[in-house]
Amino acid sequence: MLERRKERLDRGIKVRTEGIYAISSWRGIAYALLPTFSFVVGMLIIPLVVPSMTWQRIMTISCIFALLALSFDFLAHFVGIICLGGAFFTGVGGYISGVLNSAFGLPMVITIPIATIAGGAICTLFLLPCLPIRGIYFAIVSLMYPLLFARVIQALELFGGTDGLPGLATFPNIWVELYFIIPMTLILTFGLRRLVNEDFGIVLRAIKDNDQAVRASNINIAWYKTKAVFIASAIGCFAGACLAHLYGWVGLSLFALDFSIFPIAATVVGGAGTLVGPILGAFILAPLSEMLRAFGPLRVVFYSLILAGLVVFKTEGLVPFLQRKYHQFERWTEI
Amino acid sequence: MNEDVVLQVKSVNKSFGGVKAVDNVSFDVFKGEILGIIGPNGSGKTTLVNLITGFVKADSGTVLAEGKKLTGLAPDKIAGLGVVRTFQIPRPYHSLSAIKNLVVPLYSSRIMRTVGGKLGDRDTVALDILEEIGFERDAHVPYKLASAFSEGYLKRLELARCLALRPHVIIMDELFSGLSVSEIAAMIPMVERLQMNGITILMVEHRVRELFQIANRVMVMNFGEKIAEDIPEKIIKSEIVKQAYLGVT
Repeated sequence: MLERRKERLDRGIKVRTEGIYAISSWRGIAYALLPTFSFVVGMLIIPLVVPSMTWQRIMTISCIFALLALSFDFLAHFVGIICLGGAFFTGVGGYISGVLNSAFGLPMVITIPIATIAGGAICTLFLLPCLPIRGIYFAIVSLMYPLLFARVIQALELFGGTDGLPGLATFPNIWVELYFIIPMTLILTFGLRRLVNEDFGIVLRAIKDNDQAVRASNINIAWYKTKAVFIASAIGCFAGACLAHLYGWVGLSLFALDFSIFPIAATVVGGAGTLVGPILGAFILAPLSEMLRAFGPLRVVFYSLILAGLVVFKTEGLVPFLQRKYHQFERWTEI
Repeated sequence: MNEDVVLQVKSVNKSFGGVKAVDNVSFDVFKGEILGIIGPNGSGKTTLVNLITGFVKADSGTVLAEGKKLTGLAPDKIAGLGVVRTFQIPRPYHSLSAIKNLVVPLYSSRIMRTVGGKLGDRDTVALDILEEIGFERDAHVPYKLASAFSEGYLKRLELARCLALRPHVIIMDELFSGLSVSEIAAMIPMVERLQMNGITILMVEHRVRELFQIANRVMVMNFGEKIAEDIPEKIIKSEIVKQAYLGVT
């Protein structure tokens, strides 16, 4: 019997349009730009095509999760820090924004930027002592902080205690909401993708690959890691601040574990280390979780089964899979 | 103190548990020379390199580079003073191309400070250094991912990373180990060229025959102690060295 194997080869057009050669023909330009273009356009028209207000709201929540997944993917696959601090970031960002809004009456256009920068700085400060520890140990510490903060707020009755702070400013309407958060997500995604290919990002990726060699190259790795953690936590805090103003309320649920765990699932489904993948992953998983509400208590069962299936049968993730199909063709050859 | 001394190691000690890895070792390295360090396995050569470059903290003793104290400084600070090292097992950045591997040292504060400004095109500088160290410029070699390189190229990449830092002193930790005879033959002229460019070289080596071709002086270690230091011709004849290596009495 003849044995066969699948052979994968790059498409001719892929080879012809690598690097600067893409601009040699209109077809080449189209081929090179199509994936990015369809992603951006797709993201921008989502709010127009979904059927109802409820679904539009689900899209904004997906965006929040997408930002958290983006921050996780950046730290995990470009700096080598496994950070489960999603809940920490949303909590800190949300509470800063909420307190500034309810206690000082500052408008949203001021609270969100302050919460992003100050929140990023506070989170970085708390994570700073743990930066020398690596791998799973850092993950454990970053997971402890949200639990700690939630209990401190509860026990000391700070910022409204268990009741939280209600009656915060909200976005004027759902369209402002959508067309603020979606473009911000796009800007941050492409900004980060640009960053990791700049010289600064190259140093971060080098730290991930081999931190000792980076130290031997006269580079202070602690300082670079600090900057990376600041970028990631600022993105997370931005998501948290937006969430506070979406609900018009901040409470202990901003420190919920979902915000730490969901980004990992989204990253795995979308494709790790691609930055765009986590965004797509979040836009698949968050709506999926809503759709399964029809199953009532069995929702989590189906959700888990689908997630397990995706992880087992499509381990590489959605974006690498699509990239492969786009750039390569497959055929059976006899061996 | 002699002005020609670039690196001065003064009675450094290091113990790991009960084992004396480096036992009261002192030596001077003179400007522009190649000093070889040989010794049987476990004689403390790599620990000595780690002590000089700050990767391991000495229990006692001092290391001076051109009068500046290195002991107690972090590895990145020591590299910033121009004392750089290669690693025995190459440590490339696997997910980056050879060029981008060199962008990392070119982005260091030492290079940014000495070169001044933004060093606009680090990739071009990286390409020049890679060519100097034997990566073919017009081929795809410098653009390949580091994970695709053979051991010989990885060793060269280690050396290139050091060169990118514009060092005064390069400490080569077993640069020739794991290489074929022909690969070593190709590396030797590179090392000699570095010496001609005024770089002081400290070579920790197991390949004694090749080392003796190029070293100006050789130091021998055994059980963490320095047992001999002389020109290669005398080291070959030395009884004490034969004893350490072959165990003959």
